[in-house]
Amino acid sequence: MAEPLLRVESLRVELPTRRGVLTALDDVSFTIAAGEVLGIVGESGAGKSVTGAAIIGLLEPPLRIAGGRISLAGRRIDNLPYNAMRAIRGKKIGAIFQDPLTSLNPLYTIGQQLVETIRTHLNLSAAAARDRALALLSEVGIAGADERIDHYPHQFSGGMRQRIVISLAIAANPQLIIADEPTTALDVSIQAQILALLRRLCRDHGTAVMLITHDIGVIAETAHRVAVMYSGRIVEIGAVRDIVANPRHPYTCGLMSSIPRIGGSRDRLRQVEGAMPRLDEFPPGCAFNPRCPETVERCRLERPHLLPTGTSAVACWLYDEALMQAEAVVDG
Amino acid sequence: MLAFVLQRLYQAVLVMLAVGFIAFALFNFVGDPINGMVGVDTSLADRERLRQELGLNDSFVVQFARFIGHAIRGDFGLSYQEARPVSQIILEKLPATLELSSVAAGLALLLGVPMGIFTALYRRSWLSQLLLAVSLIGVSLPTFLIGILLILVFAVVLGWLPSFGRGSVVHFGWWSSGLVTLDGWRAIILPAVTLALFQTTLIMRLVRAEMIEVLRTDYIKFARARGLSSRAVNFGHALKNTLIPVITIAGLQLGSIIAFAIITETVFQWPGMGLMFIQAVGFVDIPVMAAYLVLVGFFFVVINFVVDLLYFVLDPRLSVGRERVGIG
Amino acid sequence: MAEAALRLRERSASPLRRIFDSDLWWSFKRSRVTVSATLVATAIIGGAVLAPWVAPHDPFDPGSLSLLDASNPPAWLDGGSWSYPLGTDNQGRDILSAILYGSRLSLMVGFSAVFLAMLLGVTLGLIAGWNGGLVEAIIMRVADVKLSFPAILIALLIDGLARGVLPRDAQSEIAPYVLIVAIALSFWVQYARTVRASTLVERDKEYILAARIIGVRPVKIVLGHLLPNVIGPVLVIATINLALAILTEATLSFLGVGLPPTQPSLGTLIRNGNDYLFSGDWWISIFPGMVLAALILSVNLLGDWLRDALNPKLR
Repeated sequence: MAEPLLRVESLRVELPTRRGVLTALDDVSFTIAAGEVLGIVGESGAGKSVTGAAIIGLLEPPLRIAGGRISLAGRRIDNLPYNAMRAIRGKKIGAIFQDPLTSLNPLYTIGQQLVETIRTHLNLSAAAARDRALALLSEVGIAGADERIDHYPHQFSGGMRQRIVISLAIAANPQLIIADEPTTALDVSIQAQILALLRRLCRDHGTAVMLITHDIGVIAETAHRVAVMYSGRIVEIGAVRDIVANPRHPYTCGLMSSIPRIGGSRDRLRQVEGAMPRLDEFPPGCAFNPRCPETVERCRLERPHLLPTGTSAVACWLYDEALMQAEAVVDG
Repeated sequence: MLAFVLQRLYQAVLVMLAVGFIAFALFNFVGDPINGMVGVDTSLADRERLRQELGLNDSFVVQFARFIGHAIRGDFGLSYQEARPVSQIILEKLPATLELSSVAAGLALLLGVPMGIFTALYRRSWLSQLLLAVSLIGVSLPTFLIGILLILVFAVVLGWLPSFGRGSVVHFGWWSSGLVTLDGWRAIILPAVTLALFQTTLIMRLVRAEMIEVLRTDYIKFARARGLSSRAVNFGHALKNTLIPVITIAGLQLGSIIAFAIITETVFQWPGMGLMFIQAVGFVDIPVMAAYLVLVGFFFVVINFVVDLLYFVLDPRLSVGRERVGIG
Repeated sequence: MAEAALRLRERSASPLRRIFDSDLWWSFKRSRVTVSATLVATAIIGGAVLAPWVAPHDPFDPGSLSLLDASNPPAWLDGGSWSYPLGTDNQGRDILSAILYGSRLSLMVGFSAVFLAMLLGVTLGLIAGWNGGLVEAIIMRVADVKLSFPAILIALLIDGLARGVLPRDAQSEIAPYVLIVAIALSFWVQYARTVRASTLVERDKEYILAARIIGVRPVKIVLGHLLPNVIGPVLVIATINLALAILTEATLSFLGVGLPPTQPSLGTLIRNGNDYLFSGDWWISIFPGMVLAALILSVNLLGDWLRDALNPKLR
């Protein structure tokens, strides 16, 4: 198997506070292949954004990487010095964030911001850079780019601004884009357009995407694979079709069944009772066990790690049990 | 744009009228103007005649209008203390204060802004901590105390710099400048530093606070995520976004230097308008007080106006058209 | 297991225990600077409050003054004596006692001015925010105009006005009150603005609407419900303002338009001593100056810490 574009192994991110050291990410491992869209889904505070920030090297202090490795195209990047990481940012790994309004500097025209980014990574003259900027704007669907390139961010609508943000992120043709809630701040109709744009760009340029969101619908529409995060850990990971149709982890099951479906029953939506534990209040064993409807004794004692089940993996003792039982049957 | 300018102008006029009103009220109702001008043994009949001559028996509105008319022409009558035209006194003292204030303002900007940027970018360095500690002292020490301490050290103990006066002064028409002589410069250093200290610390803290806020924004995060160099992020993006709100507040602060000059001029016996005002307050010399008030009010209004205009010009969100084109 | 026990203890502890366990106290204890600042401030305030009992001499009783003891240097220099630890001024008044009594006046004026400014500002802010309309417009316009003039100028003006209006012989008596009013009038705007902003936000919240529907009288709503919610930032402003008020009073007294020599505050003392600076009797103005600086600095530090500790964004 070819080396995946991005490999994250046992990533651990800690947050030192005056009450002690809290764990924001614990033993997070996954890979992203070139051109693949991996969705990262979970509640607020599950650690999705922290994962993205860690990969691109923009963790806000006092958050810090405390263990594990991150490798890009086989090269380790989590321990690089600032300047080496800076060369990667924008050029190999790009990022887009949630709020397009605050992502753009209000005092510069979008042309100025584009040209600056282009010339930082590519050795082009001002005129050539401007041409490339125009091409990028057309590619993301901004009509009348010749004129609009000299406008300021506040002169664009929300959806247009997000397109500009995307154009800035792909300006230097990175291999991987980390998209942190790219459509959350947009109207539903615009969401669809932006997602379609992302899909098209990835196909055309072969860019991989790490799509972070709390909205499973977005994942189902856009991603190839998905990782479900809970309390800083990945609890299930696999192909989107697989997970959506056949969720295994009790949390994932809860997530899926809380989505209203057209033609589904008219009863109340099932909710997952309780709330995600605070960083300083982790229960022993599996983080989900207080809310889980199907716990066994082991859940409260030992943290489950990712166990393979066919083409996906689940971090849940229920599936280990099943395997063991199956083996027991086979053996004896 | 025009609408904006007109609106600000209109507000400025209103404020000036309010200030003028207060000055006028001072003039007419605090004490008896006649008493300030004549001797004790002037007969009542003479006083009454004087009253009539000066138009003090006319209606309030008429008197106010007359006052405004005079004020616009710079005529505030005669000083009680010195019995000569107030306008003359002001013209004499104005250059001293303006020069002192300008030098102090320049110092405050030249020192305050870079220090603010430094302490924002290198928050944990020992130099930053030191500057912040010193700035706290700068904000806590009363200006007059700083002046006294400086005099003690540099004039009394070391004897390097003079402790009062402007030094040698050269006259250009009605303007008298101390900045063209070495002597004048030596004399202006201590008062200017005293006056500037408070403003410098304020500007430094302002720039620092604003820059720290800006460095936390999403667009800075995004700029970093795009791989822009630290220089581009800090000075190209962050600095520009920091300076614009800072300019407006700093402008207003510097305007208030004129008022703080009162203290500095008193400590250093600097022959400017501030010293004149204090002496007038002590003597209850109403015409001088009123004139000072109107002049300073005018000055503030002008500065406010210029600062507003500057903000409008510098922030594209205010000046460039607000049409939103496109539907997502 | 231990965490559960910890939580249980926190919840059932007495209010006093809760204060000591809280984040506020923790951040207070951790900052050595703040603790020292509080100690210094407490020492000065304590000395000032207890002045009549603690001061070695009464500097304002002409009978107890002796010109023979005039212009004594501090006790540790030649010519000084320990009965006048910090020296005496040109009239034989003990500097230490003068400082204690002077601090008393400085603090009294400072606290009263801040209190008055708070009262005025909060009231106007509540009225402006609650009523809106013309009333709000007028109040805010006045505030805007006033804001463009530095406090010192306003205070000077009011002081000068009072000086002209009041009879000359009553001036010494009334001086502290005039000063308090003058300083209060130059500081009320900050309170008014903050309170008005908070009022506007809270006014549309559901619990206020509910109270109005039930028919609770507006005054009761404002005082009982709105006020507790907007008081937080007001307290922070007040602490910072206290330092400024003390500074302003000292400045006005130094300029000669504040407290008179018969009831000197620290500023007046410095003014008096200024004349003797050149003749070498530096202690007459430097010691009061040091105490003044220490007082303002410590109050400023306390205000800074309070602001950081109560700022949710920095947590």
